[in-house]
Amino acid sequence: MMVMKTLTRYTDLIFHQQNERILMKNNTVKEQVFDLEDALSKLKHYLPSQTPIKDFIHHNTLHAFQDMKFYDAIFKAAKIFGYQVTLGLNDYRRLFYQERISENKLNDIIIRNKPITEFDEWKSKLLFKQIDEEIKPRIGTLRSQWKSRFKINLDDTVHPLLFRILGSYLDQGISLWKFPTHPDGFLASIRQLEQSSYSGFFKTKRAKSFLLDNKTDIGELLKYLVADEKYFEEYLFDQQFSHQGWSGIVAAVEDAPHTLLDVRKISLSELIVFELLLEIDSLDYYFGGHWSPLTRTDSKEPANLFDPVERNELQEVLMLWQNAFEWNYYDEVLSGIASQSFKSEKKSAPSSKSFQAIFCIDERECSLRRHIEQQDPNCETLGSPGFFGVEFFFQAHGAKFYEKLCPAPVTPKYLIKEVMHHAPQRGKELLYTQQNQTMLYGMLNSITLGFYAGVRLIQTLFFPKMSPAISNAFSHMNKEALLTIENKSGAESENNLQVGFTIQEMAMRVESLLKGIGLIKDFATIVYTIAHGSSSANNPHHSAHDCGACSGRPGSVNARVFAWMANHSGVRTVLKARGIDIPNTTLFIGGMHDTAADQIEFYDEDKINKNHHAQHKTNESTFESALDLNAKERSRRFASINTTKSLQYVRKEILKRSVSMFEPRPELGHGTNSLCIIGNRNISKGLFLDRRAFLNSYDYRIDPDGTILMQVMRPIGLVCGGINLEYYFSRVDNHKLGAGTKLPHNVMGLIGVTNSSDGDLRPGLPVQMIEVHDPVRLLVIVEQTPEIVFKAINSTPEIYEWYKNEWVHLIALDPYTQHFHYFHDGNFTWYSPQGSQVPKLTDTLSLIERSLKMPSNHITDATRENLPVYQLN
Amino acid sequence: MNQLLSCFIYLPLFTFIVSIFLPGRKETFISNTVIVSITLHLIWTVCFSVNWLLNGHEGMNYKQMVIYTSSSFEFYIDYFFDLTTLVYSMVGGVISLIVAIFSKTYMHREAGYKRFFVTLILFYLGYQIVIFSGNFETLFIGWEIIGLCSFLLISFYRDRYLPVKNSLKTLSVYRLGDVCLILAMWLLHHIFQQNITFQEMFDTSSAILDSNLYVYLSILILVAVAAKSAMLPFSSWLPRAMEGPTTSSAVFYGSLSIHLGVFLLIRTNPLWNHLFAFKIALVILGGLTSMVATSIAKVQHAVKPQIAYASIAQIGLMVIEVALGWHQVALIHFAGNAFLRTYQLLVSPSVLSYKIHNMMIEFKKAPGVQKNTLSPLYKWYNTLYILGVKEWNMDKNLFEFLWLPFKKLGLMFTTILNRTTTVIPIMLSFSLFSFIADDHVHYYIDHSFTLIAGVSALALILTAFTERGSARKAWNRLGIAQVFLTCSIALNEDFDLNHILIFSSGIIISFIVGYVVLSKLQEVDDITLNRFHGHSDRNSGLSIWFLLACMGFIGLPLTPTFLGIDLLFTHIQHHQGLFIFIIALNFIFIELSVLRIYARIFMGPSAKADHAIAFRSS
Repeated sequence: MMVMKTLTRYTDLIFHQQNERILMKNNTVKEQVFDLEDALSKLKHYLPSQTPIKDFIHHNTLHAFQDMKFYDAIFKAAKIFGYQVTLGLNDYRRLFYQERISENKLNDIIIRNKPITEFDEWKSKLLFKQIDEEIKPRIGTLRSQWKSRFKINLDDTVHPLLFRILGSYLDQGISLWKFPTHPDGFLASIRQLEQSSYSGFFKTKRAKSFLLDNKTDIGELLKYLVADEKYFEEYLFDQQFSHQGWSGIVAAVEDAPHTLLDVRKISLSELIVFELLLEIDSLDYYFGGHWSPLTRTDSKEPANLFDPVERNELQEVLMLWQNAFEWNYYDEVLSGIASQSFKSEKKSAPSSKSFQAIFCIDERECSLRRHIEQQDPNCETLGSPGFFGVEFFFQAHGAKFYEKLCPAPVTPKYLIKEVMHHAPQRGKELLYTQQNQTMLYGMLNSITLGFYAGVRLIQTLFFPKMSPAISNAFSHMNKEALLTIENKSGAESENNLQVGFTIQEMAMRVESLLKGIGLIKDFATIVYTIAHGSSSANNPHHSAHDCGACSGRPGSVNARVFAWMANHSGVRTVLKARGIDIPNTTLFIGGMHDTAADQIEFYDEDKINKNHHAQHKTNESTFESALDLNAKERSRRFASINTTKSLQYVRKEILKRSVSMFEPRPELGHGTNSLCIIGNRNISKGLFLDRRAFLNSYDYRIDPDGTILMQVMRPIGLVCGGINLEYYFSRVDNHKLGAGTKLPHNVMGLIGVTNSSDGDLRPGLPVQMIEVHDPVRLLVIVEQTPEIVFKAINSTPEIYEWYKNEWVHLIALDPYTQHFHYFHDGNFTWYSPQGSQVPKLTDTLSLIERSLKMPSNHITDATRENLPVYQLN
Repeated sequence: MNQLLSCFIYLPLFTFIVSIFLPGRKETFISNTVIVSITLHLIWTVCFSVNWLLNGHEGMNYKQMVIYTSSSFEFYIDYFFDLTTLVYSMVGGVISLIVAIFSKTYMHREAGYKRFFVTLILFYLGYQIVIFSGNFETLFIGWEIIGLCSFLLISFYRDRYLPVKNSLKTLSVYRLGDVCLILAMWLLHHIFQQNITFQEMFDTSSAILDSNLYVYLSILILVAVAAKSAMLPFSSWLPRAMEGPTTSSAVFYGSLSIHLGVFLLIRTNPLWNHLFAFKIALVILGGLTSMVATSIAKVQHAVKPQIAYASIAQIGLMVIEVALGWHQVALIHFAGNAFLRTYQLLVSPSVLSYKIHNMMIEFKKAPGVQKNTLSPLYKWYNTLYILGVKEWNMDKNLFEFLWLPFKKLGLMFTTILNRTTTVIPIMLSFSLFSFIADDHVHYYIDHSFTLIAGVSALALILTAFTERGSARKAWNRLGIAQVFLTCSIALNEDFDLNHILIFSSGIIISFIVGYVVLSKLQEVDDITLNRFHGHSDRNSGLSIWFLLACMGFIGLPLTPTFLGIDLLFTHIQHHQGLFIFIIALNFIFIELSVLRIYARIFMGPSAKADHAIAFRSS
């Protein structure tokens, strides 16, 4: 009996021990529940990736979700972060009632997506059912318990000081006293500051001693605040997404420190440590050290932010509406193109062209090209990404920094320097000097300069003109300067960059561009390469108006460099050997179009010889009249300009807008972009597309195996798709994904804008840029057989992702059959656009003068300003 | 000639009334109305001033109208014109005109285009009233209008959290100044035994200089000046007030509104001119303000707050100039600073491209820390740096020393009230009884009653101020508090029923309007005060009604209550220090509680999420 008992006790004991071991094992598993590295990399992945605002580079705002299908991705993002990702249900309905979405299209979309038996049910859901649209985001629920349970709002107590310190640390040149930085980074700087001063940022001792004693392990700090490890990751997400603008820029600067001119070492983990310390400090201060961590044993299980999101009825309905909204427009365009492609077969290009002009694919050049073609029907215009295939860093004369002039993901190995013998002094603005902000100088200045400021105020109102305070696209490179384009020996280099290109390198780039746009024969006597930039006043987002293919800078240098290369006799010899014979009579001339002021400047005009001179003068006047018309066309959207007035008047007013301090819309940027047409100009030449199409030239005839197309398609998703989606998301949720209205913006440290002195940085686009935009995805139309297009997009997974996941739509226009093939679920299927004949337009000017100005910038009003597709006569 | 002074007020007043009725979508029409009106006003100012300068430029006074009169009290609108008025009027006119023209295009298609211009012209009206006022009562009307406009323009983007929060923050500092002004008027009344004009002050003040009430008076004026002009220790509200469109920040906080403190100081010069110690205090405060503000401006990394602090630094210097009697220097300084800061703010967004461009060429890497980190000099530099970044803790201290104690008191009273719900009716009948039985109660008991009633009113107001539950409950408590308050003041002396009627008429109507609005809203939404509801986007009509009710309820110049406040104050004797203190607190917190209710219900991010909602951090 006893033995039995002992035995049982013994087995019990063993069992117990085993249990304990399992428990311990669980505990050790628990120890690994929180993986800091993993959490940090996740955070970085999801935080908005916006570099300092001087380099505004468009990208897909929800890039973090790009590995998912478009609708799955956006609805998931909405559920996690509370973003609005489509228009509101009632907005779609209003668009339907005002016939912006046609009934036919809506029916068609329902039929395509739902079983026919459920047609009536879905239609009535779309049109009438009241569905609760409230999104209850997953983010923020854990950390909000500080408020609900402890009656303390850590955001209110921590954010203002945190933002101030971060801003001071990252400041590029607004403050007069710089942050006393330490080479080891952000935390080291704070530590040093705390150690060597009689004051400090902390209100209590404990947090400060943690910092000074280097007890700055995130996991350890979280134990104080949150206690249970399984909540750590969620807590960090809640915390960092309560100020995603600041966190985003810290993450961006960590990965690319040189995006700041005045480099600062900082990392996201340092920011988190400091924020956790400030939180502990706040809690200690308010509760005198008597507070318990956020989670208790009875707390509910941590929410997994990234759990799958079930598709609900509302999302289905929104998806159908969005598709109907998009295809309603696409069908118009496709019908238009169909009507053109028949024509183009008959029309053969004129044998001798008056001139050729290569523009950026930018949709803002779409109208200018149309006007040039109308002014001179014998000319030919082409489109290619605005860095003209030459990638390099540019060093302006006397500049201490290099500027990248190529698409953002490319890291060039070349440097082009601007050389000047008699450099003009850059003007100064007395009223901008920081001395105004000090006490005694400030007094002298306010008594003297103050009255001058009054005069300047009146001048800015009534006589706006270019000044050093205005961002001037033409000042990016001095017209008179020389550029170091050629590297004769291949050896000269600076800071690991080769200065200039060798002949072989030049030839390779020229060849690649010319082949890409299909310009390998029939060269005209003058070929222009026209880049673009944008001048604007009082506009922190000016870089978003410049050339996206040049990392948000004017493309003047690229156009000039390309022209110089193509004129180089050595380059031409190499090209000739590769089958591109550029006649000696052909001259390339670089230039730049200011898309806000509607001005063109040409480069190296002094090198134009007599033979070309007269012709250049004629062409110049063609450009000028086209610019007049372009200005007029743009003016239809501007309330300050009476479009019906004379061309000269309108042109002058447009110029004035670009230098007016009081004008928050110097131009409308990429607003309304929605198409990308890759192919011969003939398929789009006869259409009025209302400045909505990126136009990339491509000739399927010289690319039977698709190798050229592969190169052409490379930047399309990233550049055009990125622009389009940034506009899409800034439009549908201007509060969370856009920058809100520009008018209260406050420039922070020259790195970004906020609304308030205590606010979060605002990435994304301001309302003034997106109000004309219809939120539709980009439709890419490629004039090539579906098989070759498939091969081209399938070249790398990153490119394929854009199309496979439908972040942009893709249609192949088979040049041999004239059929459209829509890319869906990894396959091309035959598609025939619905709808009637595209109306004909005889007089573009009168259409423009008659067109309506939006009564308000609400989508249902704003979209009425966008004109339908017309066939030009 | 003197009668012409009233034209300076009538023109903007007329435009303001017209502008209310303009159709909201006619942008050009709205802005042109305002621009034309300010232009005419400016032309009129120029003509008038030239004429005045040529004709001997002596101070002009014009008593426009007597609104109320009794044996001991006369309330009248009075205008005054002198060099200070001239400079302030010209600078104000030019800057307002520039900003209006600037905004015409700048504000295009902004939701609230009309709201902006209506508020702008209302501000202009308030500004003109202040600078043309001939007595404290008139000045106070303008002062209150400007305070209200500030609140409305800071919270212009009312669908976001921070603008609303900061508008309340600014308002609370303003309100402190306002109540100091009320008290100053009350003291003046006792000193002179009548309501006097600035003109009379200039002429006769030396007669009764010996009164030590002047000391209190000067202190009150100083607080009012410091609050309005963002001097120490209030400076931190100014950068936070820059939440509206850049143009409104420029006209308000860059130039005009912020310099009104200096104006008040110049105007009240005769009252403190003989107090040497006060002048010293002014110089010290001005100097400290200037130095502290400069140290903050130097470390600012954001462009608008930097301009704000730089402007405060200059205001500190202006105060010194006024204290030293260099009024003309101060006026030139004011004009220059106003233009400079307006310009700087209007072009502040272009600082980015200008400075980045300059950096490309001129950048020199800061040497970093090479100095001996332990050297005391370096330590002091770091200390200054940290203090600058923390704004010398002003924001924190204002909250912790000025408002937090009252919040705590409010929470305490709430717990007491919740435990003993019968307290209110008992108290109420008690004071009503003593009110009726006034004549039969002994003087001292009477006085303690007034105190008790005053404290009860304050307690109720503070509970409403900290209420996080039902909005209607808070509103009702404020209503009851007003009854206590009326009783307490009326009990204080032989009361005049007329005075009480004048005082309560506006309050009663406003209370009813407010109550109806809240009840209507309660039907559609559970309006609690623990968060913002943002009802103004869906119930804009109710929002306007409630705002009007709030204005009436707190005695803004909209109903006779405004006059009533002044009247009731005359019943308080100058030796009743404690009592006046409690009454003053009442007036501060009534306004804060009422506008808090307004802000929480009608402003902030909308609760209904069928459209994009702003982050809390924006």
